[in-house]
Order: sequence, then structure tokens, then C-alpha cells
Amino acid sequence: MVMDLLRFATAGSVDDGKSTLIGRLLLDSKSIFADQLAAVQATSNARGYDYTDLALLTDGLRSEREQGITIDVAYRYFATPNRKFIIADTPGHVQYTRNMVTGASTADLGLVLVDARQGLTEQSRRHAVILSLLRVPHLVLCVNKMDLVEFSQERFNEIHQEFTSFATKLSIPDLTVVPISALQGDNVVNRSDHMPWYEGPSLLHHLENVHVASDRDLVDTRFPVQYVVRPKSDDYHDYRGYAGRVAGGILKPGDEVLVLPSGMTSTIAGIDLFNGELDEAFPPMSVTVRLEDDVDVSRGDMICRPQNAPVPSQDIDAMVCWMSTTPLRPRQKLSIKHTTRTARTLIKDVLYRLDVNSLHRDLETKELTLNEIGRVQLRTTVPLLCDPYEKNRTTGSFILIDEATGVTLGAGMIN
Amino acid sequence: MTVHADYRLSQLDELEAESLHIFREVAAEFEKPVLMFSGGKDSIVMMRLAEKAFFPAKIPFPVLQVDTGFDFPEVLECRDSWVSRLGVRLIVASVEEAMASGVVVDDGKTSRNRLQTGTLLHAIEQEGFTAAFGGGRRDEEKARAKERVYSHRDEFGQWDPKNQRPELWSLYNGRIHAGEHMRIFPLSNWTELDIWDYIGQENILIPNIYFSHRRRVFARDGMLLTESEFNPLRPGEVAEERTVRFRTVGDLTLTGCVESSAATIPEIIDEISVAVLTERGATRGDDRFSEAAMEDRKREGYF
Ligand SMILES: Nc1nc2c(ncn2[C@@H]2O[C@H](COP(=O)(O)OP(=O)(O)O)[C@@H](O)[C@H]2O)c(=O)[nH]1
Repeated sequence: MVMDLLRFATAGSVDDGKSTLIGRLLLDSKSIFADQLAAVQATSNARGYDYTDLALLTDGLRSEREQGITIDVAYRYFATPNRKFIIADTPGHVQYTRNMVTGASTADLGLVLVDARQGLTEQSRRHAVILSLLRVPHLVLCVNKMDLVEFSQERFNEIHQEFTSFATKLSIPDLTVVPISALQGDNVVNRSDHMPWYEGPSLLHHLENVHVASDRDLVDTRFPVQYVVRPKSDDYHDYRGYAGRVAGGILKPGDEVLVLPSGMTSTIAGIDLFNGELDEAFPPMSVTVRLEDDVDVSRGDMICRPQNAPVPSQDIDAMVCWMSTTPLRPRQKLSIKHTTRTARTLIKDVLYRLDVNSLHRDLETKELTLNEIGRVQLRTTVPLLCDPYEKNRTTGSFILIDEATGVTLGAGMIN
Repeated sequence: MTVHADYRLSQLDELEAESLHIFREVAAEFEKPVLMFSGGKDSIVMMRLAEKAFFPAKIPFPVLQVDTGFDFPEVLECRDSWVSRLGVRLIVASVEEAMASGVVVDDGKTSRNRLQTGTLLHAIEQEGFTAAFGGGRRDEEKARAKERVYSHRDEFGQWDPKNQRPELWSLYNGRIHAGEHMRIFPLSNWTELDIWDYIGQENILIPNIYFSHRRRVFARDGMLLTESEFNPLRPGEVAEERTVRFRTVGDLTLTGCVESSAATIPEIIDEISVAVLTERGATRGDDRFSEAAMEDRKREGYF
């Protein structure tokens, strides 16, 4: 059994118990070291708690506020024997929507926390909306603090149903709902004796077993060229390789390929990895591809298949999350980075602003302010080789950059 | 490369693929990158990844080492062997020279690790480097957990943790202005255990002081330090021979070792898997002065 990787993003409102839950996952998977635990125990004692506050392990949002620590996505790591986990721990409040979008952008799974006493709130709905916009393929709703509602099956079912009916409006391919007590550990690592009515897996068991490899596109070959490798040494005199990360499909030597935007065709002569040649390459591998013909290929080009290629386009229609205090408005000129290609772009129109709480489309507003998400039309100086984001999260995404300051202003998902 | 039958990568292969992508992105987009090489295991893993990223071409940028003057000879030896095998240019920025020429000031209280910052920034400025690869990992401690892979430094070399650029997908934003530079952390998502697993998998040469050996050491501030001409014993301190190994390598006057019989990589992995102290908590003197020590140093432009 080879250990694989799962990236997940967590979201919850302040006090839903997110820090406690993460602390418990780290502790129970033995990812906490003795000096960290001792510091947390000492602080808990000093504050007069009669239990160890696991939330202290990760600097909960509240303590971040109190101490003036940066409120931002924090990455945390733990592993069980068969899987390593990268948690993008994101703040849940509306004023941090951009941080949640950032955390969700790389996640295979999103974990939304609600307090069993409060049930679904506007915040939890928004978290689900963002995860679905970012096409995070798996969603887990953790109904936390079950100990405070007497582990009631009825309460759990209520929340479960309410969420499921809300989720039908979203695109969530895989939803799992787990009743837990982060504080006491019920259904976190082991199935809880307090909730015999719950027949699903514990949270950790689910995280360990959820199948993520099949979420990647193994059909539509997409290989954005990052860097041209030309050794110019005696041993590799004529070597010319195209280095990049496979964004979709499976590449094999002998495959006929199409290079965009030039439109030239060739055949894959070989796929090199440091340790030798490969029979096939698939996402998310970083490899170097050699072609049979001496075609002119450079950074920003895309290797795909003659019958299966993105349509080069200068007109982009996308959902954009705005991340700057200066609003996005029509007629603005910005830089755009899409795969390995950078261009200039003009904002043609803001079609609507999406209310991420209600999914209402506000057609009146012609601008997006900080943390807002909306549908935007752009025109680029050179054609981009893009796919719809729902088909490919790599070739369907871009960032917008301020040409003067160099700051990242927004993130886009192509429709 | 281990490939699952159903097109899954092992987590180590996935981390490697992510790091290779970062190296190539930087080489393609920055005018003058440099790799900061301490000789420690993390920077050696970076060297290995850079070697792979550009194979069969040579690494297309030089390597910069800040020499504290108190470096372990075993580490310098290992550095030299890497540099000569890969045929990369090595730039050594010496803290002692920086002191002699007034670039940094030794007030007698500041540690050499700390003086490295000024020396490093001076070297980056002198050579006009626009991107500097560092071996930092997010699992190391709280201040790093939020740092970006591309971490912007202003013209004073400072990091502004409250004003970081959003970093989404694998779309890195490398825009900088003249005089600024970007710190690049290709090992951001690696943990200490991943580093060791990779060293084992790749059979990578690392300084032998990482492995258990006999050494004359003495106790100071709860750490075991090596006996050395740079590190005179203070009254009451006694050196004696013990079986030890180092978990980090740096300024030898400040880097403690742990008693250990772990002589092979699997033994080291066993040892850390049940380790009771975080890497920095155990052996880095300069992080212990305050909880916020790391964050402070990073703001100033430390590695
Ligand atoms: N009774 C109970 N309290 C919980 C549970 N999970 C968290 N808490 C408490 O709820 C409060 C907020 O938890 P914290 O993890 O800091 O929330 P965060 O703001 O979402 O990170 C703390 O006092 C926790 O001890 C739970 O499952 N049951």
C-alpha cells in the first residue's frame, strides 16, 4: 500500500469548534509533539480550564484576533499510515471569503462545520456555495457539539435534511454528513457509543478512504509547457525537452499530439523523468516531453491531442472572486496569468454579482468589491488555451494581477 | 516512481511533482534566481529537486551559502561535494567579512544566526538576485504555516505577513519591482518526515553529523553543544564524549545535538516518528528566546 495525499479545506464560523476538531485530528494521529502539547496544557491550566483546550494548538480565530496575528489560510499537516493530509485551515467569516476561496482552490475535499444547537446558518450555506463554486469534489458536513444536544438523532436528521435540500441547488458530487463532538472525540477517529443510530464512518475513516484519484481528468490531454530544457552539453547535444506538469489526460510515447497555439502536430518521442523514461504520464506529474519533430514550442504553449484540444479564445466569461480593496470595474486593464501564459486583459463587463448567501444574482451592480464574487467578461491580448473550470481546474482557472503594483487582485473560474 | 494501478501517485511523488513545478516556474519567470544552500538536509533536498527539475541540463542558477564562520566542517565538506557533482556556481557570503566591512555590526549580543540575515540580504542585493529559494517548510512552526510558496520581500528584504498576496491553485505570481525579491519555498508542503523519507528513497548524500556518532559535548541552556574552539567552555561546564546526532545543522555554537543511536535513515525515521520534541524546540537556541522569535526574524528577512 502506497501512502497517498489528500488536501482538504476547513471552514466554520467562530466557535463552531473548528480549531478543536483540527487539534483533535492532529493529536489523535500523533502529529503533535510533546513540547507543543505541554505548552497547550500549561496555557489551559493558566486560564483555569479543567480540560486541555486543543484549539490552542492551532491558534483559533479568536486568539488570532486577540493577539493581532494574521488571519489567513494556515496550512497544517498530519498523516495516518496510508494517507498524508494537508489541511488548508480557513477563516469562515464573510470578510475572509477570499481566504476561503484560496484554501478551497487546491482542495480535494471541503469540510464544513456547524454547531448542532444552531443548525445551518448563513455562514455554513456560504461555505458550501464557495466549495461548490471552486469545484471541490467532496464535501463533508460535520454537525459538531452533538454532546450539547444529547446526541439527538432527530436534531441531526433535521440539519442533515435541511442541508441536503439546500445542496441540490449546488454542484456537490459527493456529500457526507457526520455527527461529531470535537471536544469529546465522538465519531472523530472512532465511531461513537453515544450515537448508535449513526451508521456511517467516523470522520477520520472517511478522510482516509475517500477516493480522490478519480476526480482527475484522465481523458482530455492537456500539457501546458512551462520550460524548455536545452542542455547544450556534449552528451545531450541535440536534446530539446518540454518540461511541465500534466494538467489532464494520459500522455504516452507514440501519441500523436497537437501543439497550440501554433497548430502544428507531432508525435511524442519520449517522456523523461530524472530516473528514466516513462511509459505514461498523468496528472499531477511533472515530466519532460520530447517530440519527434523539430517544431517550435515554447513556454505558454499547450500540448494536447488533434481531436481533443481547447479552443483558443480572447473572450473569456468567468466567475471572478475579487480580492482587493479597490473594486473591479468595466474598462479596467489588468494582467492575467492562465496556466503558463501571461497576457493583458480588459474587463468588458460585470454581468452580475452573486450573493453567496442566497445565490441571488444582482444584475444592478456593475462592480465587484473585496470578497465579492460575480460573473465577468474579459478580453485578452492573446488567445488563452482554456477549458471550462468544471472540466479542468488547472486549464479553467486564472489570476488577475495589478499591472502597476504587481499584487494579485482576483481569481477566476472560466465558464 | 511508484505508480498506483489506478493512476494515483504516492504522496512523496506528488510533493516532488509540485516542487519541480515550482522550480521550473521560477526559472522561467525570474531573471536571476539563486538557491540558498545551508548544507542542511532541507537545502540538500532542494538541490536534489533542482537537479531533477532541469535534467538533463544543469541547474540554471547559482547556489548561495552564508558562512557564519562557525559552520560544521562536515557540512562544508558535504556542500562542496554537491556543488562539484552538479557543476553549479557557489557563492559564499561570509558573516565575518560582512562584519569586517561594516555591512553588519557585531554588538557581542547578537547571535551569528541573526547576523546571517544582514549578510544574506547584502549578498542578494550585491548580486541583484530576484528570487531566492529557501528550504522552509510550513510544518516547522506557526509563523510559517501561513507563508506563501512565493513570499514577497520589499526593498529592505522584509516580509509583511499581514499583506501577503493570495496564492491560488498552482498559479504563482512572481511580479516584483526593482530592488525587491521573492523568497521561494518549494518545500512548503513537506513535513520533516517527508524530507527523511525522500532522503531515504533517493539515497541522497547528507552531512554525516545527522547520523549517530561519538562526540565530545557539554550541556548549556538545556542543550547539548559540541566542544569546539569557537565555543569555549564557561565556568562549570564540562565536556564529555557521548553518542549523539544532530537534527538540524547551523551555527555550531548554537545548534544542539540529541543523544541517539540512530545510525541509518530508517532508524532516524523511527526515532522521529515517536519524537517528543519538535525539530526546532529540541535544538535551536535562537528560537527559544521568545515564542515570536521566528516571526520576528522572518520579518527582517531571515531564511
Ligand atoms: N461541548 C462541546 N464544546 C465544543 C465542541 N467543539 C468545540 N467546543 C467548544 O466550543 C468553543 C469554540 O471552539 P473552537 O474550537 O475554539 O472554535 P473555532 O472558533 O471554530 O475554532 C470552545 O470553547 C470549545 O471547547 C464540542 O464538540 N462539544
